[in-house]
Amino acid sequence: MNTQFDVVIIGAGVVGCAIARELSRFKLKIALVEKEADVSFGTSKANSGIIHAGFHSSSETVKGKLELAGNRMFDRLKEELDFPFQRRGELMVAFTEEEIRILQAFYLQGKNNNVPYLELIGRTRVLEMEPNLNPDILGALYAPNSGIICPYEYCYALAENAVRNGVKLFTNSKVIRLDTKTVKKRIKVITKNGLNLTGKFVINAAGLFADEISALVGITDFKIHPRKGEEYLLDKRVSSLVKRVIFPVPRKNSKGMLVIPTVDGTVMVGPTAVETKSKKDSSTTREGLQTVFRHAQHMVPAIRSTDVITAFAGIRPAATGEDFIIGATRVLGFINVAGIQSPGLTASPAIAEMVREILLKKGLPLKEDPSFDPIRKSVKRVRELIDKKNYAEFGKIIKSNKDFAKLVCRCENVTEAEIIAAVRNGHTTLDAIKFITRAGCGRCQGGFCTSRIMDIIARETGIPREQINKKGAGSEIIPFPVKKGDQSD
Amino acid sequence: MIKSVDALVIGAGPAGLAAALALRNSGVQNILVVERESVPGGILMQCIHNGFGLHRFKEELTGPEYAERYINAAGDENIIPLTNTAAIDIIDNGKTKIVILLSETKGLLEIKATVVILAMGCRERNRGNISIPGSRPAGIITAGLAQKMTNLHGLLPGKEIVILGSGDIGLIMARRLTWEGSHVKAVIEVQPYPGGLNRNIVQCLHDFNIPLYFSHTITKIDGDKRINKVHIAPIDTHFDPKKTGNFTLSCDCLLLSIGLIPENELSLKAGVALDPITRGASVDADLMTTIPGIFSCGNVLQVHDLVDFVSEEAEYCGKAAAEYIKGTNKKGKDIPVKTGNLVRYILPSKVKAGRSALLSLRAMTPAENVNLIIRTDKETLYKAKHRKIFPSIMLRIPIKEIPPLARYIEVLFEAE
Amino acid sequence: MERKQMKKNLICINCPMGCELNVDYTAKKIIKVEGNTCKRGITYAETEIFHPVRIVTTTVRVKDCSIPFVPVKTEKPVPKKIAFKIIQRASKITLHAPVKSGDVVIQNIMDSGVNLIATRSLARTRQKSKKNT
Repeated sequence: MNTQFDVVIIGAGVVGCAIARELSRFKLKIALVEKEADVSFGTSKANSGIIHAGFHSSSETVKGKLELAGNRMFDRLKEELDFPFQRRGELMVAFTEEEIRILQAFYLQGKNNNVPYLELIGRTRVLEMEPNLNPDILGALYAPNSGIICPYEYCYALAENAVRNGVKLFTNSKVIRLDTKTVKKRIKVITKNGLNLTGKFVINAAGLFADEISALVGITDFKIHPRKGEEYLLDKRVSSLVKRVIFPVPRKNSKGMLVIPTVDGTVMVGPTAVETKSKKDSSTTREGLQTVFRHAQHMVPAIRSTDVITAFAGIRPAATGEDFIIGATRVLGFINVAGIQSPGLTASPAIAEMVREILLKKGLPLKEDPSFDPIRKSVKRVRELIDKKNYAEFGKIIKSNKDFAKLVCRCENVTEAEIIAAVRNGHTTLDAIKFITRAGCGRCQGGFCTSRIMDIIARETGIPREQINKKGAGSEIIPFPVKKGDQSD
Repeated sequence: MIKSVDALVIGAGPAGLAAALALRNSGVQNILVVERESVPGGILMQCIHNGFGLHRFKEELTGPEYAERYINAAGDENIIPLTNTAAIDIIDNGKTKIVILLSETKGLLEIKATVVILAMGCRERNRGNISIPGSRPAGIITAGLAQKMTNLHGLLPGKEIVILGSGDIGLIMARRLTWEGSHVKAVIEVQPYPGGLNRNIVQCLHDFNIPLYFSHTITKIDGDKRINKVHIAPIDTHFDPKKTGNFTLSCDCLLLSIGLIPENELSLKAGVALDPITRGASVDADLMTTIPGIFSCGNVLQVHDLVDFVSEEAEYCGKAAAEYIKGTNKKGKDIPVKTGNLVRYILPSKVKAGRSALLSLRAMTPAENVNLIIRTDKETLYKAKHRKIFPSIMLRIPIKEIPPLARYIEVLFEAE
Repeated sequence: MERKQMKKNLICINCPMGCELNVDYTAKKIIKVEGNTCKRGITYAETEIFHPVRIVTTTVRVKDCSIPFVPVKTEKPVPKKIAFKIIQRASKITLHAPVKSGDVVIQNIMDSGVNLIATRSLARTRQKSKKNT
């Protein structure tokens, strides 16, 4: 196995994957090293999935500069990588005169940042656009260029395309040591599971653990202070409540609790923003539920907590100073890409380009690889065909592959063909399969499909059922086989 | 490939099979039963415990034995369910329905049917429905899924188990998992009374000294990759957790037995109206839904406790569907059925003047020494003393004839 | 000499009614049963106090068919105190399809005078590959 790389990227979240994919355009040997069982399993999987408009931060900040730049790149990325993305637009709504004034300030900031189509609109127009909003709203800032995506499908698409173009992905590989002394002009990357890689450059995209990775080379000038955000997913039956992402006027360290239509047809409310001590505490709380619904109902009165089908929490890797920390360091070859909280998802492709430029400046030759294929096709999803009753098209797809006739997840209409494709792409945890295919995401939350998904994984990979897990070793679903009779095959 | 049938039954569990047999016994020849699993029998196939059939067969059977009686009876009538076939859409075309089936072997099929009987059963309520705070580790599983994995695959979900909900599925699994060598530490119930049958409290909990905590809830789940602890608190009259009396239990598995929801996604696609309390279809005395020609029976219509009642209901439904096909269903004035004191719901919500009716109802809370009264605006049709009533035990009252001049039927409980 | 009189509250498990019984008894016999709705409640009280019995249901390993386990039960109730032993005994055997519901799997299990029988019929299928079990 080759262990010498031009670039080793630590962390396969949305940022690490975006960088990997961008660099895979060039004739470079790239390693993408991830401590969890699959890509996006850190902060990225808990993302709200919003592609922000570009007015939220001042262009004097790194995150402000990169927000609009990233936003602009998503149409092309969707074309190339085939993940769900819709420019729905967003409304930042104001209830008081003071909030209207804050809206105006954001409007000016947006104009200053060159955000296109930005408008300040009045109450009548707001309620025409979104009839289910609280009629007490005075006005809103309307940004039509804002969008929604599925963050993990985007992350998987980046990773799949990167790997197809030669990037080596190492999962279950937690970095425990970085050695800048032993090999000349290279950094050694040692992982807990025994990998020993070297890179001319090491990109620290380790999210919540970026400060700990940075400390491994002696750079300790920033700390990650985790900030937890709880989100609540509502049943598809309320999908017609809002068409656009609804924001309140934001507070100091967070964009506030939003009402977010998702690309899957559900509605999400949240996130909260609570400083936590532990980087591992992604628990949801009773108080969080009450806070989220209080705020969401203020904007959309018809929202009910009885519509919740599931809840989760993500942890923002906020860094000292609250801005992105992207740049070369005093350690030769070590590049930090840390503190990527909101608008990190939006900015991710722009971050990747920025990192590319840093590498170029630092002497990494970037020769375009003519065999680079930017196109990644997602596995066919039949649920839209079923939703739209397009049985003629569905029939054609079944003729091309009989496994599309085997319905596994009834709630989300996911077939065996899609799950087999995910498993063959290396995704063998139930969470990863859920994120990619949506099997298990629906109303019954895996009650019916879990058994069948486990059958498929067992059949495709030979992994015994008792070892099939939710999100990596230690999270087995049904770990204890009974000891009865003749257990041989 | 377009095919035509008189009746299409969706689901080959106890409801679907009994309905199909009743259709056949009423003279309907062209019947298709479809089943999405690879074998018929429905949920009974994983219910290996006994307790089924006491009313129907006057003997105690296990789930698979009860199912096999119906599978064999259907086979005798040449009714062989089409397995591995999911119904994904129903289109109402007035006099006929078009059902889109997805067969794992034959692909998409379009079947025209005069009558469709919905018999799809239930799904389980899950953690998301009740928003238990905490982390999202492995080891949280619904009792029904655990039952399937234990009984059909020989896999146990944990060694140190806490069960939330004292419904029958949870109680049965408490015993099952104990018999298979796991340690069930406690059953936590949010109500002050059990969710399942008394007999199951005895033979599943008392027999094994498993403590049952009434009026308690789980306030938090701990654990990173796998659950390792639950936080338990008593609740007040508002069902909010109290601040005192809290404790924790370490565990590697939390089994959820917190209720069943009729699985009516397909019914909604067909445009059938649902009753918000039963969460099943809104039906008339013939168990016909708001779409003429579409009927519903079994767990998908209302959550049952006894499969014997499922069979009875399904037979009633099959008979009524047969009359609809033959055109002999008697029209009549609809008479509304009203819920009175202590009645949580009544099914059906309307009956027909001059015809018979089979009423199903549940009490709202437990009570002792009450009379169940069924009366019209003019007369009392039925009165029976009940020493004890429980929300967890469905009551079935057949009424021979609904007085044609009645303006409404009222069902209520009255203290003695 | 008067035998000591004892009281116990039982829940009858004969049928889903689950009547609450109040039983007065001595070490040798039942004195009085109250709370039953039918005669079977009285028999239940006597049995439950002096020699409690249960039907035991479990699964047994089976080969050559579509699923790896077949459900079984004791044909009649057996003494409650040997229930676990019966489960353990049943876990030692392996059946081979075809199996018919009602087949005797273990005769007179643990000397109880009761047979352990299959409760599901399973047809014989081709031997499956390693991956499927």
